[in-house]
Amino acid sequence: MTVLQIVALAAVALGGGAVALTSDPLRQTLVLGIFGLTLVFLFFAFQAPDVALSEIVVGTIGLPLIVVATLRKIAEQERTRPSDEDAE
Amino acid sequence: MSRRARLTLFAIAGPGLAAVLIIGFRGLPAFGDYHDVYGLVVNGVELSMRHATDYVTALNFDVRAFDTLGEEYILFASVLGVTLLLRVMRGEDEEYRAAEHGMSGSSDAVRLAALLLIPSLIALGVYLVIHGALTPGGGFQGGIVLAAAPAAILIAGRYLELKVLCPTRAIEAAEGIGALGYCLLGLGGLIFASVYFKNFLPAGNPGQLLSAGFMPLNSIAVGLEVMGAFLIVWTAFLDQALLVRRRTGEAT
Repeated sequence: MTVLQIVALAAVALGGGAVALTSDPLRQTLVLGIFGLTLVFLFFAFQAPDVALSEIVVGTIGLPLIVVATLRKIAEQERTRPSDEDAE
Repeated sequence: MSRRARLTLFAIAGPGLAAVLIIGFRGLPAFGDYHDVYGLVVNGVELSMRHATDYVTALNFDVRAFDTLGEEYILFASVLGVTLLLRVMRGEDEEYRAAEHGMSGSSDAVRLAALLLIPSLIALGVYLVIHGALTPGGGFQGGIVLAAAPAAILIAGRYLELKVLCPTRAIEAAEGIGALGYCLLGLGGLIFASVYFKNFLPAGNPGQLLSAGFMPLNSIAVGLEVMGAFLIVWTAFLDQALLVRRRTGEAT
């Protein structure tokens, strides 16, 4: 195992822990994107450039975009719900 | 279950799991030590018989093209499920003014960066799809890079222009044509080589753009499907987040 591979494994371990330990969902999404980049580095260091290429887009845009959109929708529904009950 | 009972359960199960894992890991071959026959045979065959220089693509789009068909339709079915769940429901409206209003925070620098990103992402995506059999990349990788290009418009804060550039019908058509095209390429194998998904095109010279038999065509079909699938899912989620509003004055 080369030094680069050990560094990549350590970065992924730290990144995964950081995602789990972030409590605010919006910040967690940001940390998740950075964690995705460490995974890209891991795949590249372990000679899997094909997987690394897909992970760049899936990890940094694909998944965070969906999570952020969902968070916005939830926040908006929680904003409008009390006013609905007031109207009734 | 109380906190104490859970901790007791973990005190038994945790070390047990650790012990089983350690025993299992000790039985693994050494790091970087590969002895399986299948991988060695495939590696020996890809270049000589299939004239492909990227073995991962050759495995996905030729040797195990049928597996890729299954994966294609897993993606297809999940996209179908997402669009079904996130459709505009009764008592909801799409509000087109709210979208631009809610996202006008991006600066000129970010807009310029998005403008530069779009053409370079399209170029990279097309390159990855077409050169799948030659260099790392292929239909899936190229497809998501192509899908990321319109998503850059979103960074510029212009979601409605994204919907103008990628109308729902067009991205749905891209996904459908990609999925159908991949099936038909398999059927071509059945007709011209009497086995489903057997290569039926000349292999060409290794390293040239038009080589590796029907792999570039498979790659294009998968690229179209993946690009369409990601754009459909993203726009479905973003529609819900930015456009769809519960109709006011209607009790729900």
